[in-house]
This record gives sequence, C-alpha cells and structure tokens, in this order.
Amino acid sequence: MTVRTAELLMGIATFLISIGLMWNVYSDGLTIGWVEGRGPGAGMWPFWLSLGMALASVATIVRWFQGKTPESQSLDPYIHPETLFLVIVSALSLLVMLVLMNIIGTYLTLMIFMLFYVRFLGKHGWGMTMSFVLGAPIFVYLLFEVALTKYLPKGWPIFEEGFLWIDNYRWEYFY
Amino acid sequence: MEAILIPLGAGLLQAFEPLNLFMIFAGCLAGLFVGCMPGLGSVNGVAILLPVTFLVPPTAAIIFLAALYYGAMYGGAISSITLGIPGASTAVATVFDGRPMAQSGKADKALMAAAIASFIGGTVSIVLFTLFAPPLAAFALKFGPQEEFALMLLAFATFIGLGGDDIPKTIFSILLGLVMAAIGFDIISGQPRMIFFDMVEFQRGIGFLVLAIGIYGIGEMLWTLESTKGQVQMHSVNITWARFKENLREIKLYINSTWVGSFLGFFVGTLPAAGATPASLMSYGLSKTFSKDPDSFGKGNVAGVAAPEAANNAASTGSMLPMITLGIPGSPTTAILLGGMIIWGLRPGPLLFTESPDFVWGLIGSMYVANVATVLLNLALIPVFIRVLAMPFTLLTPIIFMLCVLGVFATTDRMFDTWIMLILGVCGYLLRKLNYPVAPAVLAIVLGPLAERSLRQSLISSQGDVTTFITRPISLTCVILALLLISYPLIQKMMRRRKMADAS
Repeated sequence: MTVRTAELLMGIATFLISIGLMWNVYSDGLTIGWVEGRGPGAGMWPFWLSLGMALASVATIVRWFQGKTPESQSLDPYIHPETLFLVIVSALSLLVMLVLMNIIGTYLTLMIFMLFYVRFLGKHGWGMTMSFVLGAPIFVYLLFEVALTKYLPKGWPIFEEGFLWIDNYRWEYFY
Repeated sequence: MEAILIPLGAGLLQAFEPLNLFMIFAGCLAGLFVGCMPGLGSVNGVAILLPVTFLVPPTAAIIFLAALYYGAMYGGAISSITLGIPGASTAVATVFDGRPMAQSGKADKALMAAAIASFIGGTVSIVLFTLFAPPLAAFALKFGPQEEFALMLLAFATFIGLGGDDIPKTIFSILLGLVMAAIGFDIISGQPRMIFFDMVEFQRGIGFLVLAIGIYGIGEMLWTLESTKGQVQMHSVNITWARFKENLREIKLYINSTWVGSFLGFFVGTLPAAGATPASLMSYGLSKTFSKDPDSFGKGNVAGVAAPEAANNAASTGSMLPMITLGIPGSPTTAILLGGMIIWGLRPGPLLFTESPDFVWGLIGSMYVANVATVLLNLALIPVFIRVLAMPFTLLTPIIFMLCVLGVFATTDRMFDTWIMLILGVCGYLLRKLNYPVAPAVLAIVLGPLAERSLRQSLISSQGDVTTFITRPISLTCVILALLLISYPLIQKMMRRRKMADAS
C-alpha cells in the first residue's frame, strides 16, 4: 500500500469514526442542543466536536483529491516492507503479552516476552538473554509489587496460587 | 524583590533535602539517558516514568520529572553530535553543525559547547521564570471560568496557527483529544456518555496517561524501530583533560549565540504549541543571520551547536511558566506533568502559589540545582553515554514495552486500560506516518475536562448568555488573539498570493 492510498483510507476511516461518535452520542439520548438558561447539554460537547472531526476528515479527503498534501502525491510504501516485519511482530508480541498476562500472570509472561524479544528477535547471546529473562520479573516485583504495592495480574487461579506461595516468603521473613 | 527571594531561599533549601536531591540526580540521569537514545525524548521519558513517581510525595515526584525534562534537553545533543541522529526532535537543529564537527574530529568540542550553552540557556530561563511566575500568577488570580476557557481556546489556536502542520489534520487531532476526554460520566449532569459497546469500563473514561503512554511509548517505539533499521555510524570522541581546558577557553566563540538562544528560547517556550523544537530552529536561524560568517553554518560552526542547545533548554523551562501559573501547558511534556499534578491532587493554576507554595518553590529551587547537576553529570558521563548509544534497540524496546504496559496498569489497576493503550499506540503510529500531529491530541485530552467544565460553568453563571466571553476584557483579548491565530495561515496564504500576483 502506498502512502497515497493510505492517506485516503485514513481520511475515510477518521470520517466514519467521527460519524460513529456522533451517532453514539445522539442515540444515547443525550441533549446535544442548548438548554435554555443553562447553556449546553451533556451531549453538546462531544457531538459538535465530533462533527468538527468529521468536517476535518472531509477537508483532508478533499485536499487528497486536489493533491494538496505531500502524502497524496507520494508513491512510497506506507510501511516499508523491510521494516514491516519488525513493526508487526512488535505490535503482535504486545498483543500476545496482554493476553498471556490474563492467563499465566505477569511474571511468567514477562519471562516469555523477554526470551522472545532478546533471543529470537535480537539474536543476543544466552548470557544477555537470561539476565533479561530473570532480571525483568525481579525488577518488576521489587518496583511494582513491593515499592508501589500494586497487585499485578496473576492469571488463572492455579498460577495465582503458585505465585502467592512464593510471595508468602516475603511476608514471612521481611515484615 | 523580597517577596521572591525569601520563598526562593526556602525552595533552594527544600531542593537540598536528601530525598529531593536524590530525585534531582536520578531525574537528570534518566533524562540524559532518554534524551540521548534516538527516538526517545523528554515527553516519552515523562510519560513512561510518571506512574513510577507515585512512589514518592508530589514535590519529589515533580522534581524528578522536571529534572528529567531538563536532562533530556542536554542528552539530545549527545546523539545529534555523535550519531548524527537527533536524540529527540528538540535536538534536530543541533545536528546541522554538530554532525560536521564530529566528522572533522571535533566531537568533544561540540559536546562541550552543547553542555555549556545548555547550562547558560537553562540558567537564564530559570531566572526569568522566577521573576515572571509570581506576578503572572497574581494576575491570573483574577481569572474566572470565562478567562480560563478563552485561554485554552488560545492554546489550541496556537497549534493551528503556529504548529506548522497540515491544518485539517491538526484540527482533527485536537478535536479527537477533546472528544476522548469527554468519555465517561458527564461532570455536570452525571449522565454517562459514549459508553461504547455498553462496556462498563468506559464509564471511568480514558485517562490521559493511557493516550500519552500509548502514543509516546508504544507508538514512538514502533516508529523508532522502523526508522533506525539502517545502520548507525558513530563518531569517536576524544576526551582528555588538556582538550577540556582548551575547549573551555573557546567559549567566547559562541557566547553571543548562546545569549540570543537563551532569551529567545524562554519566550518561544512559553507559547503553547511552540516549545523547544521551533525555539531551537529559530535560534539557529537567528544566530546564522547575525553571524559575521553565515556561510560556515552547516559546515561545523560551533555557534550553530550552541544556539539551538541554549534555546531548547531555555524553552523547556519557559514551557513550565504557563503550566504553573495559568494551568495551560506550554508543551506536550508539560501537558503530561499537568495531568500528573491533577493525579497528585494539586490544582494547577494561579492558586498553586498560594495553596501549595512548598510545591511551587521547591520545584523552582530544584530547577536551579538540577541545572548545575545536569551540566556536571553530562560532562562527567559523556563517555558512558556514548557506550549507551551503542545499545541495540532489541534490548531497549522490550524494557520500554514492559514499562508502558505495567505503568498504565499501575495507574488505574485495570487491564482494560492496557488494551486501550495498545490500540491507541498503534493508531497513533499509523496516524503519525501520515503526518497527523499527535501532540495536540495529548494536550487536548489533558485540557479537555478542564475546558469543558470552564465553558459550562461560565455559561451556567451567565444563564446561557454566550456574550459572557466577549464582555470581559481579558477573555475578549484571548478570544481575539485566538481568532487571529486561527486565521493566520489564511492571511499568510492571501499575502503570498498577492505577492505572486504583483510579481507577475
């Protein structure tokens, strides 16, 4: 896909999203108009600003047809094929990370994520890989769980219990 | 004068408290690090590390983040000079002369000039800040919701008029941020708004940090991964004590450009939308115009390194002025700081000076100390940072991703927000590739709730009478300025057309 095509598609997408937002506000039955003596209703701000978004999108599409933006004349690839792989893999790895955090918990996910990113994408040595695989969860545990007292997602009960069994030592020996 | 010196002294004392002093050094170091990594700048560092600062009290937290902001301005020069890639957009102008200097083996000279110019720029602008902030805040105490709204209108208008980006795209970005800020319960009627797909999670709205970390953490890393795929070529830096002393003596070569950059940077920095990047470019242009030897610029003139570096440091302090005194951020970084202050339970704006003087003066005092700390750390650690620059992105990226996901989770305790962050990050990346400016959206999502509230408050108090915005002098001035700024690109176009017609 060229930058030229991408700009048109993005213009259409932003237009549709704006219309969708307007419809959402309108169909919720929020007052989009003026309340006499009180000023704007609850839906006025989002509704009319979304209309503005729609108009800005139309302006972008019109300018695309007139060839006024530099992007509308550029025939370069939107995302370069050489880097497309890296970008998609990075975005997907984040997606998988978020899914896994709900299933096997934060710590195991981080270890898998680091293993994947450092070893398989970065092709670094095992020494570097293992220091990331082991270092990341320990750092996160100390920073978020101990210092910030946040209860990070632990996944399904079986993984949660496993973690709590380890976490118990902290409470037993340090407090 | 006394009204300034006494609290300033107290602020300085506060900056020397062990925790605050530690935060200054930690912030400077973190800032130097993010600043020198290509692709990461102050705004990324502040967005990603803001959740971590909940560890310490608000004063220490803002001191850390302000020091980080500072450090990043210094750090940007390191990669601009040694790699020829700007470490942050604010250091773009430093490449013009820093790169040729490094190529001719004068990298150490350029790095020194950058550090010293940054120091002077930072010091000049913090002194100006100290002088301007209290009277401006006192003046702003007269502001009602009408003036607040008019000021925000002015802030958005500067993005349209002076942002320099495609105008429909800028408007789209601002409005998108404002609409996203409206998701959740309406502040006045209490009605739920824009609960997409009937998901209850939307009732709590989308926090500004979710958008900021999405765009400046995830989106930025995707962007950097893509743009730095090519091999980077590093220039060696030769640092010895003898050369250091020799370089110190050369300050007179660039001291004039540094002064110009410092004052220019401060005032440009106070304008919303303008900030450090245009300030450094303007300063570069200005010192080239007034140079005795303009042809040597771009070929390794040391003044061409000093001018933008002084300006970007001065601008970073300058952009704090409207944030602290008026509650209107002067740059995306200060927008995130402002959002952070709201999370810490402080209300940014003129009342800050009377309600939490410890916070404000502690921050101001710390900026003096941070400036000295950064220049020392920077000069001492240049060899270390050059090592850091050689760190491959496949090691940095997973750390940033991890901090983004857990940082967002830690602020709200909801996995839902991390999903939104990922979606916004990828969308932000795709939009940015088509030259949609993303900074206005971040500014708008921070200011959105404040703007809507002040708009509706003023209309309720005037019983629905819109003329309330133009019958009050300060608000009228702001509205007129905003209209002028919005129409500025049109006027410019008309003038250009007339000139072309005259010429033909």
